[in-house]
Amino acid sequence: MRDVAVIGTGCTTFGEKWNSSFRNLFVEAGILALEDAGVAGEQIDGLYVGNMSAGRFVEQEHIGALIADYAGLASHHIPATRVEAACASGGLSFRQAVIAVASGMEDIVVAAGVEKMTDVASGASVDALAGAADREWEGFVGATFPGLYAMIATDYMNRYPLTREQLAQVAVKNHYNGARNPIAQFRQEISIDTVIKSSLVADPLRLFDCSPITDGAAAVVLAPLERAREFTDTPIKVLASAQASDTITLHDRRDISTLDATVAAGRRAFAASGLSTTDIDLVEVHDCFTIAEICAIEDLGFCRKGEAGRMTWEGATALNGDIPVNTSGGLKACGHPVGATGIKQVFEVVQQLRGEAGKRQVEGAEIGMTHNVGGTGATVAVHILGV
Amino acid sequence: MAMSVARFWRKIPQRYNLVGTTCTRCGQCFFPPRSFCPDCRRAGNIVDYRFSGKGTVVTHTVIRTASEQFEQMTPYVLAIVKLDEGPRITAQLVCAPDEVRIGMRVRPVFRKIAADGKSGVIYYGTKYAPAE
Ligand SMILES: [Zn+2]
Repeated sequence: MRDVAVIGTGCTTFGEKWNSSFRNLFVEAGILALEDAGVAGEQIDGLYVGNMSAGRFVEQEHIGALIADYAGLASHHIPATRVEAACASGGLSFRQAVIAVASGMEDIVVAAGVEKMTDVASGASVDALAGAADREWEGFVGATFPGLYAMIATDYMNRYPLTREQLAQVAVKNHYNGARNPIAQFRQEISIDTVIKSSLVADPLRLFDCSPITDGAAAVVLAPLERAREFTDTPIKVLASAQASDTITLHDRRDISTLDATVAAGRRAFAASGLSTTDIDLVEVHDCFTIAEICAIEDLGFCRKGEAGRMTWEGATALNGDIPVNTSGGLKACGHPVGATGIKQVFEVVQQLRGEAGKRQVEGAEIGMTHNVGGTGATVAVHILGV
Repeated sequence: MAMSVARFWRKIPQRYNLVGTTCTRCGQCFFPPRSFCPDCRRAGNIVDYRFSGKGTVVTHTVIRTASEQFEQMTPYVLAIVKLDEGPRITAQLVCAPDEVRIGMRVRPVFRKIAADGKSGVIYYGTKYAPAE
């Protein structure tokens, strides 16, 4: 296998983008990434796009060809492939692109992610997102996506010492980072009170425990490491690419409060790279809900089970902490256009490793990790990137 | 979500009567039914099995923001229930939000689950009520 490098990245701003269509979004992100890489359209050997549910959100399928077409590449007839794994679609799109380059089948490959979620009413988006879980045996009986994570939180708080304030601190910290990220959906800081006085969505989770509905797109360009310097002075190496699966339903998991797929993907990524948690300078984790960030920190091995709440409260996961978590603002504050999130995580880590993260720069960052979850943990993608 | 009649009808034995399966080789019970034992694999032997429906609450929540089909029923209690025969399922509980507890014993009750709009199909299935 060949070593792979990221040679360019691009991302739209995230938010409720009433003026942007599905097509505008990915064209904008794609052009930014190609310009950043200094790559011309005709040099692209392949395109992968992560997208969860354009069928439900904008009634459009066949996204691969559509994107290649509107990116102006129809006459080049490049292979264009949609990748779907609910909220992990972006992470898997990146992994497919890595595999394509590593295998030697393709040289210059674009990995993108896009979701246009605000063209439907909120009840319809809640229903579409519930499709990330088991439609027949969870969604049918009235389980919403926040409801499933709320049941993780109930189980967790019954077994481990996590306080309401510690859980809220996850959102407070992510909003602090989001306020320093020009692409973030929410660019204002919040207090513990903002979280614990917001309305209940699914007990014990409140509105400010939940990531928002978001429009957005992100894209990165990959190349074999040996060719990367043809395009950029700051190639970022892909040190590990790992993926794992688990039961589709939450109720069938070995342990309700542990995402075994996160544990498995994390271990595989560390084994493949020969690195350990102490080597990681920052990590973008999948905080679709505050409780999800707590579980992710533990399941990736940054602390023992039951300790992430205290660790968060004491500031270890803050920008200047021992292991900064979600410097982008995470899904909570940066926003969560589901198919784009996994690529945005790579976008953030690349910015940090290049030293281009401005007010949220982690000093001297050399190795970063991304963690992208589909559903309640049925799919997980973990990547490690380094300078 | 508007389900086709056939798609709902196919699962009536399971949704109404809790019919799952069991592997006669290893004794594991499956709900929803599996036609392939994950442990015995091709050596397994799968037959139908009707669950008692009695179980214990493992974890729970109160849904306050629901999808369109369930909007009119909020707030409602949702739980993961461990059936006495082993499998866990996700189900609504017929009790007040402040009544639900981890470890609470529950029994099955036949109830309306949801409806497709005002004049649409009504879906029935199993909910759970406190057993004591
Ligand atoms: Zn068996």
